[in-house]
Amino acid sequence: MDLNILWFILITVLFVGFFFLEGFDFGVGILLPFLGKNDLERRVIINTIGPVWDGNEVWMITAGGAMFAAFPNWYATLFSGFYLALFLVLFALIIRGVAFEFRSSDSSPRWRATGDWMIFTGSFLSAILWGVAMTNIVKGVPIDAHMQYVGTFFTLLNPYAIVGGLTTLLVFMLHGALYLNLKTTGEMADRASKIAKKIALVGILVVLLFAGLTYFQTDLFTNLGAGITLLAAGVALVLTNVLIRSHKGGWAFVTNSVTILLFTGALFWGLFPRVIISSLNPEWSLTIYNASSSPYTLKIMTIIALTMVPIILLYQGWTYWVFRKRVTERDLRY
Amino acid sequence: MTELILSRLQFAAVSSYHFLFVPLTLGLSVLVAMMETWYVRTGNEAYKKMTKFWGKLFLINFAMGVVTGLVQEFLFGMNWSEYSRFVGDIFGAPLAVEALVAFFIESTFLGLWVFGWDKLPQKVHALSIWLVAIASNVSALWILIANSFMQEPVGYVLRNGRAEMTDFWALITNPHVYYQFPHAVLSGFVTAAFFVMGISAYHMLKKNHLDVFRRSFHMAVIFGLISAVGVAGVGHLQAMHLVQTQPMKMSAAEAHWETENPAGLLLYASIDQQGHKNNAELKIPGLLSFLSYNRFTGEVKGINELQASAVEKFGPGNYIPPVTSLFWSFRIMLIAGLWLVLIPLLGLYFYKKRSLDKKSWFLKVLLWTIPVPYIANTAGWFMAEVGRQPWIVYGLQKSEAGLSTSVSATSILITLVGFTLIYGILAVADVYLLLKFIKRGPEDTNTEETLKSGIKGASLWT
Repeated sequence: MDLNILWFILITVLFVGFFFLEGFDFGVGILLPFLGKNDLERRVIINTIGPVWDGNEVWMITAGGAMFAAFPNWYATLFSGFYLALFLVLFALIIRGVAFEFRSSDSSPRWRATGDWMIFTGSFLSAILWGVAMTNIVKGVPIDAHMQYVGTFFTLLNPYAIVGGLTTLLVFMLHGALYLNLKTTGEMADRASKIAKKIALVGILVVLLFAGLTYFQTDLFTNLGAGITLLAAGVALVLTNVLIRSHKGGWAFVTNSVTILLFTGALFWGLFPRVIISSLNPEWSLTIYNASSSPYTLKIMTIIALTMVPIILLYQGWTYWVFRKRVTERDLRY
Repeated sequence: MTELILSRLQFAAVSSYHFLFVPLTLGLSVLVAMMETWYVRTGNEAYKKMTKFWGKLFLINFAMGVVTGLVQEFLFGMNWSEYSRFVGDIFGAPLAVEALVAFFIESTFLGLWVFGWDKLPQKVHALSIWLVAIASNVSALWILIANSFMQEPVGYVLRNGRAEMTDFWALITNPHVYYQFPHAVLSGFVTAAFFVMGISAYHMLKKNHLDVFRRSFHMAVIFGLISAVGVAGVGHLQAMHLVQTQPMKMSAAEAHWETENPAGLLLYASIDQQGHKNNAELKIPGLLSFLSYNRFTGEVKGINELQASAVEKFGPGNYIPPVTSLFWSFRIMLIAGLWLVLIPLLGLYFYKKRSLDKKSWFLKVLLWTIPVPYIANTAGWFMAEVGRQPWIVYGLQKSEAGLSTSVSATSILITLVGFTLIYGILAVADVYLLLKFIKRGPEDTNTEETLKSGIKGASLWT
């Protein structure tokens, strides 16, 4: 296996980590206004992710940095091509990030309501936009012979990509609901479980639609492994449905995590060895070879990444252990 | 051409804005970590109050640093995609390393610190804020390693139409880093020290919590004095280095048009950029030679000669950065730097004489000095980055060649306006919160009460 393949896998892992961890952060943020009836409840909801959301977001920052370091052409084409879409992502992440810190710093109802709005909007937009972006990468976008994106912002808003956005939206909302069910107590946990049931049902329909469209809109199913993985993601979602209904919230969280893992994995596997597909000419697609850094840089980066990632997993895992207890209204202090 | 101006304006705006929050993070994290260490070692509640009070201000500032920093990582690809292709092999690596070795630690342990007051043993809790402080400063190191490649490219070869890394060790031992890093980090320490001194002075004027604010002041004044002297010293060495490696930047910052030996330092100049000369000058003979070489003789090349040799080397073009603004930004930085050395010297003297509380004029000066480090930081970066023009990577790629080709001027304008609006609103919220918690003082910073009061009826949908 050459290092180009290894880096493609590493970036896949970073995105899986990002969608798994920030997935429930986004979901919690979206559900905040629906599940939190008053300020105290909303504080409980926010505090379930309070200590960890920032560390979770670093998975995305690292994925971006890794793309830049390992596949500079991928980074350059994608970020300049999806220009306005990425501005929206930044807008969403900015308002959400400051709201987490600022919301609790003032007690006026208007201030807090603004904070809630920012958390909701930021999480909602992020959850959709990442799905839209991923779907477009797999579907193919107009890339010319010089690796330049020649479409517009509206090229990205095609029906298939929007279904992709809805898929991540629903899966992340479900992820958030299941997470809240695990991290809260009493009535709040019940409410989370109830809403999870509803989301999971709609989720199955949307994922089915997404898989069907994927069959027609992409060549993902010509790759048997990727096709099976995508279907397996759907199966895991069905399993999640069953588990929620038999009140096995913990296991439902696990199977939904598996859905995220398989879903992300399938998209990247279907993409491989390309990193962005050109809809104009298959020859013009960016691949892990024509988009990559030199072998020397890849080697250096491999040594650093393989040293650091296990350490990161250790201390991030430890954080979750420290904050393993469910959050209740009595814990509200910060 | 419009794209170039808009992109540069945008990058300058969002980077300068981001760098309002970074220096305070670099220094205040260290100060808060020291306060908590003192608390753990002595058990003195005053130190715990200090930790919480300054920690809260640190957090408000940190949140702004995080979200604006996110933008920085995206902007290279969004606005400067051809630059990203050209140097990605080299420039991407330190950014990825920064995330792997610094951002993860910073964000994870900050979460532990904020939410872990009664979940972690005291020592582990104090260790968390130390890790945040160290990681913040390590992250500065890696981003400056990346920036230094733009100022002084090393460890590369031009191959496949781009700069490829040949020596990672050379990249991280780039001499430019070891002038720029201490200069920038110590400036951050100075910024935090004056922030703490100024706010402490405010409360000393009001006679609030003197036990907390005398201690805070004492800690900050020593920290600030050492750092400010360090900044000045390293700055001098850095200038000597730049005369060797980026002579055009230094000569432009001195409005030094003609080669001279010995060269004089201009205190004032009326600059004619078009005519390549100064119309009026106030000059100290020999001083520029001294600043360049530590002796009063030595040739310092003028802008005109450097322009001629640049044309010879790189072909026709204008290689002169905007002289007037560089000249004055350099002087603003220097004068601010001098002020920032003098004030803590005086402050330490009054503190030792135990007359600080009575010197209300001096306490007011301290309060009004809070913005000075910010001005110096911004002027310094202005000089570093504008002085590099017309190059985006010194001697290798011009700024206009680094632009994204697939992004229209309209798109850039939309995001420029968008960022300006969001950042403007956030600035108001940030200042509002800082002022609120500064005025409230240490006692209530523990937000127990804020969350119980006035929260009824806060509904999202009404």
